[in-house]
Amino acid sequence: MIELDKVSYGYGGTALFSQLSLTLAPGSFHFLTGPSGAGKTTLLRLCYADLRATAGKVRIFGQDAASLDRDAVAMSRRRIGVVHQDCQFLDHLSIAENIALPLTVSGREQEVSGNLQELLNWVGLGPQANQLPPQLSGGERQRAALARAVIVSPEIIIADEPTGNVDWEMSQRLLSLLVELNKMGKTILIATHDLAMIRSMKADVSARVLRLKDGQLMQAGSEL
Amino acid sequence: MRAFLELIVGDQQADRAVPPTGMTARLTVFVAAVMAFLAIIALAVSLTTTRVANVWAEELAQSATLRLPADPATADALLLSALDVLDTTPGISRVRALSSDEQKALLEPWFGPDLPIESLPVPQLIEIVADGDGYDIEGLRARLSAQVPGAILDDHTAWRAPLVEAASRVRVIGWFVILLIGATVAAMITLAAQASLAANVQVIRVLRLVGAKDVYIARAFVRRYTLRAGGGAVVGAILGVLALQFMPQGDASGSLLMGVGFEGGDWLWPILIPLLSAIVAFFATRAAAFARLREQT
Ligand SMILES: Nc1ncnc2c1ncn2[C@@H]1O[C@H](COP(=O)(O)OP(=O)(O)OP(=O)(O)O)[C@@H](O)[C@H]1O
Ligand SMILES: [Mg+2]
Repeated sequence: MIELDKVSYGYGGTALFSQLSLTLAPGSFHFLTGPSGAGKTTLLRLCYADLRATAGKVRIFGQDAASLDRDAVAMSRRRIGVVHQDCQFLDHLSIAENIALPLTVSGREQEVSGNLQELLNWVGLGPQANQLPPQLSGGERQRAALARAVIVSPEIIIADEPTGNVDWEMSQRLLSLLVELNKMGKTILIATHDLAMIRSMKADVSARVLRLKDGQLMQAGSEL
Repeated sequence: MRAFLELIVGDQQADRAVPPTGMTARLTVFVAAVMAFLAIIALAVSLTTTRVANVWAEELAQSATLRLPADPATADALLLSALDVLDTTPGISRVRALSSDEQKALLEPWFGPDLPIESLPVPQLIEIVADGDGYDIEGLRARLSAQVPGAILDDHTAWRAPLVEAASRVRVIGWFVILLIGATVAAMITLAAQASLAANVQVIRVLRLVGAKDVYIARAFVRRYTLRAGGGAVVGAILGVLALQFMPQGDASGSLLMGVGFEGGDWLWPILIPLLSAIVAFFATRAAAFARLREQT
């Protein structure tokens, strides 16, 4: 579904990583760990064409990301649900409207009513539906971001620290939603430093755990 | 055209996605109204000038004046032979010697009502009105100089030409002013749209991240500015038309400054101006939006 082939990326001349390869096969489940500043967020942004690789090839749904025009980028983003580390909401719209945004911008407003309430309840935000994003706690915003990522029932879900600010119980619940979606055939990629959470999930899902450090992507093992 | 219609029908969601901006919105409406007002005035002056000049040119082209020497001894004989010449000239539909009362009325503005015109050597005037095709002026001059010595034929070309010339200049300037107004509206809308695009960088980023295409985002801005420019121009055009109602009215053939306003088909213009303003805003915002969006991932 997404393929990074000897990809390099750096900000302002200094390379963050180079010659990095990763394949997200359909239905696969990946965790991406690594120290803060290692480039996890950067790697995820390459996957949804928010950044362009300085070298190597990124293939999204089989197409070279560098050759996609702006409309094609928009179209492929509709097939990828993303939980951003900094949430990225429209602060003048209610939480409910924010969660429905991927549907409204793609002309699928009529699907909003069916999915929205169920999803709000699932992430426990029913009472906050009409509040504005700045009025919510960090954890509540992350839950809303996850709800927004899955509302279009995307083929791939990419989540950047989706459980960073939520308590253990809630993070278990959010993760089990992702595991559920994976069982339905969705491809999942989660960046997190929360090793305890990964450990708790290992029984439920056959996930690969990758570690990004010093520009190298490795299979994680001993520390788990 | 389809894009334009879709806009009027509207997409409330796209509209909601971009937060409203109070100050830019009000200023845009205000400037659009002022520009429409000015355009109406410029149009009215230009159209009225054209109309009046046409009336004058037509009337003057058809009429001429023959002036006979003011010699009491020969006056009657000259008048008779002059009328004889004119009657036998093809292309003249009407000939009329002015009565002494009429001649007195012509002089009254200069000499007052008590002028003893009978005792003064005042030249006799004869009014000549041509028919549709007109007559041969040079031929008439030649015959008059042979048979009516001292008669002077004035066909008004001398003062008709500069009048028509002036009117056409006023018209050209009027259209140029309207063009400038259109360009100003385009420039103002572009600036306002750029400012609001720049203020909404984060909003645009979020919309792009959730899969919005450029047209969707552009439409939210385009719709706004098109409606503002159109709405403001409606108000300005109405005020402009109202202001023209305060001009003293007179018949169009009278003074140029009388009856500045619209007549008949001219009334299309006050309706067209808000539409043109909206169209200019549509394309200006669209261009600004796409230029801006191309710079953002
Ligand atoms: N827009 C940017 N411009 C310049 N440098 C950047 C930019 N974004 C990130 N960086 C740098 O790139 C490095 C990797 O950033 P990134 O956000 O990918 O790390 P991360 O692994 O996600 O960290 P964390 O776990 O803290 O979220 C950091 O050193 C950061 O300072
Ligand atoms: Mg990060």
